[in-house]
Amino acid sequence: MRDEILLDVDNLSKSFTLTRSLGDVLRSRTPKVDAVSDISFTLKRGETIGIVGESGCGKTTLGRMLLKLIEPTGGKITFAGQDLSALSHEEELAFRRRAQLVFQNPFDALNPHFTIRRSLYEPLFNTRVPEDKHDRMVAEALVRVQLDGMMHLLDSYPHQLSGGQLQRVVLARALVLQPDFIVADEPVSMLDVSVRAGILNVLREVRDTMGLAAVFISHDLALVRYVCERTITMYLGSVVEDGPTKDVVTNPLHPYTRALVQAVPVPSVDQSHEPLPLTGGLPDARNPPPGCRFSDRCPLADDGCRLGRPALREVAPGRRVACFKVPSLA
Amino acid sequence: MLLSVKDLKIHYKTRKGPVHAVDGISFDVPEGKVVGVVGESGCGKTTAVRSLLRVMPSVAAFAGGEAVFDGRDILKLSEREMNDLRWRDIAYIPQSAMNALDPVWRVGDQIVEVLVKRGGMKKAEAKKRAEELFAMVGLEMKRLRDYPHQFSGGMRQRASIALSLALNPRLVIADEPVTALDVIIQRQVLDTFSRLQREFGLSVVLVTHDISVVAYVCDYVVVMYAGKVVEKGPVRDVLTKPSHAYTIGLYNAFPELSADEERELSPIEGGPPLLFHPPEGCRFRARCPFATEICKQEPVEVQVGPEHYSLCHRAHETAELREQAKDPAVWRGVVTA
Repeated sequence: MRDEILLDVDNLSKSFTLTRSLGDVLRSRTPKVDAVSDISFTLKRGETIGIVGESGCGKTTLGRMLLKLIEPTGGKITFAGQDLSALSHEEELAFRRRAQLVFQNPFDALNPHFTIRRSLYEPLFNTRVPEDKHDRMVAEALVRVQLDGMMHLLDSYPHQLSGGQLQRVVLARALVLQPDFIVADEPVSMLDVSVRAGILNVLREVRDTMGLAAVFISHDLALVRYVCERTITMYLGSVVEDGPTKDVVTNPLHPYTRALVQAVPVPSVDQSHEPLPLTGGLPDARNPPPGCRFSDRCPLADDGCRLGRPALREVAPGRRVACFKVPSLA
Repeated sequence: MLLSVKDLKIHYKTRKGPVHAVDGISFDVPEGKVVGVVGESGCGKTTAVRSLLRVMPSVAAFAGGEAVFDGRDILKLSEREMNDLRWRDIAYIPQSAMNALDPVWRVGDQIVEVLVKRGGMKKAEAKKRAEELFAMVGLEMKRLRDYPHQFSGGMRQRASIALSLALNPRLVIADEPVTALDVIIQRQVLDTFSRLQREFGLSVVLVTHDISVVAYVCDYVVVMYAGKVVEKGPVRDVLTKPSHAYTIGLYNAFPELSADEERELSPIEGGPPLLFHPPEGCRFRARCPFATEICKQEPVEVQVGPEHYSLCHRAHETAELREQAKDPAVWRGVVTA
């Protein structure tokens, strides 16, 4: 069961059409931006994958496609053997029950007019779970997020809760339907450091006890390291590195992953103040640099990198990298 | 000492009675140094530093203490004297640069306005200075003509920094300047900020909830909890020898890349107390795994090293507590209420 593939992402792409300027209209052009281009990976049942990258790299767009919140413009997602683009109404309802999202900002993820109780029961009604099961499922979800000692919170409104409590409620709402798959988009970035640890521990526990497959989106590798077995690095819409988290973190191969590792904040005075091995910011996704998309910021780039686009290739068992400069390790 | 805050108290007036948001804090900001103020949301750190500019919500009022900036008590200045100080001597970088810039004005015009109105410059001169400021923070000159929505988060933060430095202030108060940014941009903005700080010998008060930011840029750190300063001292001493249970807890809650994968993080359970009626004794007591009978009494500040102070009854035993605190089990189930 563990090795069964739950989610198969095949050459997934998403491009957004931009607002056309007068010039574009006159020349009958439609400017596009590729938010995600040709991403392929598989997620096994019970596996957790971290997706890291800067703001604007397409990680959130990817997460939303995985949950069928937006439709891809290319490629295919297969969830438990079913093509997500060809679901019947009933199948889609079942999918909504099995796949859930944990939002980034707990302060506006819950309806302020709903009590916590109503927010937690809502998904059960929406997906037509028989009513006699509701109380038990909510109680279980509350145990999972360690809010079971806080039953009095159920009749409170979101503004009466702290950030940490709210994020536990958001998490409980995602877990209440006992999904097989969740996407957590920066679930702790809005929280204080002292509270983060609690949420990360809950995520870890859920991973270990519920056998849930999860995609955890973050820009901070230290957080990904804490909850994910596998890590995918994205840069400007493409995967540049993929491998077991431990290997990616201790021996990053792609120059971009190396910069991400070096940028991880550490609470120590004796840390390197060396400038990061990359320059500038994320380029404009409307006109990405030719060749390797990282070439204009990369310390290793040469003319070859600006000509061709490196493919994602396997350099060691389970490790894929898209860089000309990385030799095969096998 | 450029700024010396002594026993500062700020109360919020509410229908349920005064909230003791800042309850007798003291700290110093030496010339040319960066002082980090860390603590959780609601610990009073933003209230405390904004009061240094006397920019406070109408319900907030000083309830005692002093804040001496360059020999003058900020609390006692007239509004006019205060206005002279703002931006020229004390500049502010607000939380979330996203909202700090006016969305309907070009970024360049906003900088020019400050230079003309507050700095008394001619428009042409101000334009030149704006270009200079943009170059300083690493933004392209042509972006002066852009509107804030055309900037990325990191660029907006750089623009806010440029804006704060426009009139060569002596003290910069930065409130969570990098919190909403991702790690790479955060690092680059902090690098720029540190470079400018050293170049101009700026004194900085930097508010954050993230001890890694403090570790990266600060010389001194002030740890706040529930309206009180619970620990303060040179960054190195506070981070290597945290001497208050709360600081020790903050450290253990921080995920580290280099750390062993199996190491379990220890959250500090529960939340800070409500400050209508602050609890008697140590305010961290209810969440502290090391609390004993003595903690029900009001703690007094003890010196634990050169310039290093702690407001913990057990400050003299912290070497031992630090060892015990490494076990996550110690932190579990502390909060009973």
